[in-house]
Amino acid sequence: MSRAGIYLDNAASTPVDPRVIEVMADALARHGANPTAAHEPGRQAAEALAQAREPVAAAIGAQPADLVWTSGASEANNLAIQGVAAAFARQPGHMITLCTEHPAVLGPMAALEAQGWAITRLPVDADGFCDPAALAAALRPDTRLVSVMQVNNETGVCQDLAVIGEALRDHPAALHVDAAQGAGKLPLDVDAIGADLVSLSAHKLHGPKGVGALFVRRRPAPHLAAVWHGGGQERGLRPGTPAIHQILGMGKTYELAAAYAPAESRRIGELRDRLWQQLAAVGDLVRNGGPDRVAPGLLSVSVGGVHADALHYACTAGEPPLAVSRGSACAAGSAESSYVLRAMGRDPALAAASLRLSLGRFTSGADVDTAGRVITAHIERLRALADAVAV
Amino acid sequence: MNVYFDHNATTPLDERVLTAMLPHLRDQFGNAASRHAPGRSARAAIDTAREQVAALVGAHPGQVVFTAGGTEADNMALKGLSACRRGRLLYSAIEHPAVLETAEAMDVPSATIAVDGQGRVDLADLDRQLGTGDVAVVAVMVANNETGAIQPVAEVSDRVRAAGALLHVDGVQGAGKLAMRYADTGAHTLAISSHKIYGPKGVGALVLDKRVDIRPLLHGGGHEGGLRGGTENTAAIVGFGAAAELAKAERASRHEHTAGLRDRLQAGLAAALPEAVIFAAEAERLPNTLQFAVPGFEGESLLMALDQFGFAVSSGSACASGSGEPSHVLLAMGVDPVVARGAIRVSLGKDNTADEIDRFLAVLPQVARSQSMPGLNPAVMGA
Repeated sequence: MSRAGIYLDNAASTPVDPRVIEVMADALARHGANPTAAHEPGRQAAEALAQAREPVAAAIGAQPADLVWTSGASEANNLAIQGVAAAFARQPGHMITLCTEHPAVLGPMAALEAQGWAITRLPVDADGFCDPAALAAALRPDTRLVSVMQVNNETGVCQDLAVIGEALRDHPAALHVDAAQGAGKLPLDVDAIGADLVSLSAHKLHGPKGVGALFVRRRPAPHLAAVWHGGGQERGLRPGTPAIHQILGMGKTYELAAAYAPAESRRIGELRDRLWQQLAAVGDLVRNGGPDRVAPGLLSVSVGGVHADALHYACTAGEPPLAVSRGSACAAGSAESSYVLRAMGRDPALAAASLRLSLGRFTSGADVDTAGRVITAHIERLRALADAVAV
Repeated sequence: MNVYFDHNATTPLDERVLTAMLPHLRDQFGNAASRHAPGRSARAAIDTAREQVAALVGAHPGQVVFTAGGTEADNMALKGLSACRRGRLLYSAIEHPAVLETAEAMDVPSATIAVDGQGRVDLADLDRQLGTGDVAVVAVMVANNETGAIQPVAEVSDRVRAAGALLHVDGVQGAGKLAMRYADTGAHTLAISSHKIYGPKGVGALVLDKRVDIRPLLHGGGHEGGLRGGTENTAAIVGFGAAAELAKAERASRHEHTAGLRDRLQAGLAAALPEAVIFAAEAERLPNTLQFAVPGFEGESLLMALDQFGFAVSSGSACASGSGEPSHVLLAMGVDPVVARGAIRVSLGKDNTADEIDRFLAVLPQVARSQSMPGLNPAVMGA
């Protein structure tokens, strides 16, 4: 961080690993050519690109050729959803998702709904979990796509993708998994869960912003048509001059992640538990998401007895400043409380007074202890203030 | 030592741009949508870049929507405008594949606008097609990526606006090379790209008139005023901003430098290979671009032979290379397909030198002659 603060917003974006920066800086300086060009500099760029596929594909048990590079997971989600819709442009049907999905899934689905598609947004229980049986029951003969995220970006809740995949095994609907928060950190095997489309991010994994990938199964291929058109790059599914430094950076990101997981996940999970224990002592806190289903790096808490804005301001502007968020960074501009937490049954006021604390590779034990102490002090002070006003 | 003559495909990153980008990879890693200090610092850097990019094309920063590149900007414009306005889509026959392929794939009736023998949009054909009264969107480029022919965009815009239609301008090749101002183009939307002006790949922008309805291409998250979902690629956007500022400051000197080299090349070519055909020779062209063919030679093999000598040139658009098909641009200009297959595009950059031009002029006739004598090919290929 630029100031002496503590960064606990790794679910929004992560510091780029210095080894990734090294690869990117080298690529920026060296690979000036267009990899589609038929000359020596172009071929060198193309060869470098080809190698970046392997570590990314390996993270989800895919083949390198299955990946389509995108500008990020949001684009990958849009390509998956709009691409399936484009393939069925003459016969719009039905799609299923969860009401707690990321805006990059709910957004394109809402746009499709306006164009005549039927969208089912399944509810979740108080722990943020979607019952796979409810999902199976929602399937219709014309269901074209089921989109379920691996790890929720606000609460860290993991859905049971294996069971969902099983429910879809005999149904023609394609399964899309938004794995932006989980891939490279938690195991994910596209064959084991029968996923047809998987969205991947780099900047949630200590890689660069501006690059992601969509896994598009080749055999059997889902019904997916191109959404953007142009020079025919990426199997015709994603035109545009490939951003070499971004893609090489993503390759290195996944290579490093593979070397660290699962030890890194274990360490981060322990730190997260330690943070929760420190905070829980203050009382009147709700931990969002069933603890046995939450990914290691995330801790979402709703704080009783404090004013939502005051809590958030105290944390981000206090001393030391804490980079934490209320919920999703993508919804940071909106004043309303998190739709994810409301879907889990939190009342709007309590949902608004929530903190998402997300840990990463560069979070230390000292960071966690300081954050625990500072947040506790903020909560106690704000509660005392509220009591004084009430008197 | 490689000589890079393919700047219309992409440009090497300017070192000063890399310097501007690195802090945003290293320390300034916040998500620009976050409210905390690292987030606000990323937002401030993007705001500055937005001003720099807007200044390059004389637009207001609020009109700039950052995208992942020129292709996305073209897709967004065509699909986004057509989704909000029913009617036909017209596009010039020489557009980049990002416009051409998009228009052909869209579920909207469309037609191409003819060009003249010099690769310029035929205004009479445009008038005729606008006359039907059912045109919603027209797409024309500022300058062609293959021939360099500059298009009569202002004349097109007068006609399109008089017909009540919307105009998208692909300014990817014009930005940084020409004194191109958004307001002067008369465009409703203008696509530009970073990696054609010594900035990073993976970022571009659509400059737009906020009064015109446009449907987003990427949904989710409310980024870029709700017009483009996805976490902003801060480092690349900052790089685009730095590249735009440099392009604006150095435009005149780059123009003069590349035009001088191009003229030297053109004169040398006429002297060394008088039979060479220069495309769009009578049109006003980009200062850095020269596309020609030597009758009797196949462009792809000429290109490969030049590659062996260390010269990176193109047959036309990098995006269509390897297809073996003659350029759609040259065919639209009425060039004989056999001649079109011989096309070589040299696109110069700010760091090319007169010495490189002279070396190219020394090698080219040699390569061309050996190409005409198959027995000499292996020697050339092994050079």
